[in-house]
Amino acid sequence: MDSTKNSTTSKVMKETKKTIRVDFERTSLWERIRLKYLSTNFIMTLLWKILRLMLLIGISYIILFPFFTKITSSFMSGDDFVDATVKLIPKYPTLDTYKAIIKDNGFFTALINSTLLSLVCAIFQTLICSMIGYGFAKYKFKGSRILFMLVMLTMIIPPRTIQFSMFMNFRYFDLFGLFNILGIGKVDMINTYWPLIILSLTGLGFKNGLYIFMMRQYFKGIPPELEESAYLDGYGPFKTFVKIIIPLSVPMMVTIFLFSFSWQWTDNFYTKLFFTTVGPKLMPSIISVPKTLDTSLAPTMFSAAVNNACAMLIIVPLIIIYLFCQRFLVQGIERSGIGGQ
Amino acid sequence: MSKISTVNRAAPKRRRKTVSLDRKQARAGWLFVLPFVIGFIIIYAPIIIDSIKYSLGSISVSMGGGFNLKMVGLKNYRNALFVDANFVMTLKSGLKELFIDIPVIVIFSLFMAVLLNQKMFGRAVFRAIFFVPVILCTGLIGEIDSVNSTFNSYLSDTSSSIDTGAGTDAVSEIVSKTDIQWMFQSMKVGTEITTYVVGWMNNIYEIVNRSGVQMLIFLAGLQSISDSIYESCDIDGASAWEAFWKVTIPMVSPMILVNAIYTIIDALTSSTNSVMSYISTVYNGNGMNGSGGHELSSAMSWLYFLLVMVIIAVISGILSLFIFYQRRD
Repeated sequence: MDSTKNSTTSKVMKETKKTIRVDFERTSLWERIRLKYLSTNFIMTLLWKILRLMLLIGISYIILFPFFTKITSSFMSGDDFVDATVKLIPKYPTLDTYKAIIKDNGFFTALINSTLLSLVCAIFQTLICSMIGYGFAKYKFKGSRILFMLVMLTMIIPPRTIQFSMFMNFRYFDLFGLFNILGIGKVDMINTYWPLIILSLTGLGFKNGLYIFMMRQYFKGIPPELEESAYLDGYGPFKTFVKIIIPLSVPMMVTIFLFSFSWQWTDNFYTKLFFTTVGPKLMPSIISVPKTLDTSLAPTMFSAAVNNACAMLIIVPLIIIYLFCQRFLVQGIERSGIGGQ
Repeated sequence: MSKISTVNRAAPKRRRKTVSLDRKQARAGWLFVLPFVIGFIIIYAPIIIDSIKYSLGSISVSMGGGFNLKMVGLKNYRNALFVDANFVMTLKSGLKELFIDIPVIVIFSLFMAVLLNQKMFGRAVFRAIFFVPVILCTGLIGEIDSVNSTFNSYLSDTSSSIDTGAGTDAVSEIVSKTDIQWMFQSMKVGTEITTYVVGWMNNIYEIVNRSGVQMLIFLAGLQSISDSIYESCDIDGASAWEAFWKVTIPMVSPMILVNAIYTIIDALTSSTNSVMSYISTVYNGNGMNGSGGHELSSAMSWLYFLLVMVIIAVISGILSLFIFYQRRD
């Protein structure tokens, strides 16, 4: 019974294939092309594809063009600003601006200091935020909701609102008057890295609320069976986190690292707040017209070129890091399941 | 019966030795969030309390390296609201900006996320380009851009044509204002819509810059919609347009709320925001009358913060009526 049914179906299949083939051979090549490419469906998809590509290229142009002009105008000399025919590409390109900035403004000291500070802060922030996010995502304990609200609060309160008290707090640092009792007195942390490191270590740094939120959503997407099996193997919560969870969440952690590093790198709020001119040289302090650069003949507009050269010097290390990390960025977000809950 | 009693007798003995799983879990949870708890208690809470105190007082630095705080009540708030001529005006225009920005940024980032989520030629490259502003156009670079664009506006009077690399210039060359005005006038709509559209067309660079994180969040949301839903739509004969409105929008609606709130917060905390920049000029003592800038700026930023909190509450209340949460088993 079964075999006969099978044989009949295969027979029918064969026959339909045959008819299709005959039909195919009967229609001319021109006819076939017409049917395939002149249908409204095909034209619509083609039009949409072209439109989409144009739109994306256009917006990419909008994004990239300012960088292009930054690069070109950073090589401009004073003469280019006088010459009315120069618009985008410098006629008298010069490297003097770069040389002067690197030499006079102490670029390399700033580079080393900023790299150190950003690296330390970014590593701490990545680890601490993923730890806190993990605690919120996987454990239910009394007060976790309220604590999470507090995390959101630290994100919502603008740093500018509390800038003055933050400055005062680190200028006269004192643990509830404990230092006073111990006889240390109030500790002045301005012009050291400590305020930023303390803020990073406690998950209170720049946009750390966002990182905690992102990590929490990411960890919520990891199935609990993984941890259960780890517990069965005798791992404690911390060992599970370090040995099982962290290796799984490398893309997301790289994303967070990328964010925190670059935002710390270009940050001008905390660096202005915690560092005065006496402190270690950081990236923001290199933005000024260098002393040895002869600007007496150049118009005031020339400082735009100096600014752009500074911006290029600041951006280049970030671009290199971005090129290495960008594939993790989308990968981490894609797997994050931020959209999940 | 006897079996139960033996179990009951055995249980207390065991409990003395080990902690119940719930409490163990709770302890581990506290351990994980401990850094934040410590930081909040030691650093953040005192900072906030101090900030509120400063906004209610007036400070004088004493000779010994300390400072004295004298409580003056709501004087700073009264000064901010009724004495300072510019604050209320800046606040009004800042809130207007905020209301314009939210829909534009949310819609734009959703649209771009949908585009970047489609399979096409060069998707990885476009994605990489679109997230460049998130990484590079923050803080210092934004500051340099704004400095250069003021140079440019100064220049436009003296008719020079150097491009200084501030983003807005690049766009004002692409999008001609009169073209759009002409287009909308022939459509017979009000001039308000025209100015609105022209306004943000010219600010498209800024919008692209500010919608990076939102795009990432939407992209993540879109990734979590399973293909089978779209497949069944296709089988039922829905077009891509219908599928977008009937499937994509409801499924990403929680993300719309998150992004709307994130946009508000981002605008609130960014330094380019007009209210914040006014507050920081007051902070630096260039405000109303030089002295007392720190306390006044604290009062102002708390007022602004409260106002924005009210806005967040209202907007999330309205949006949450339209949110669809997918049920999961």
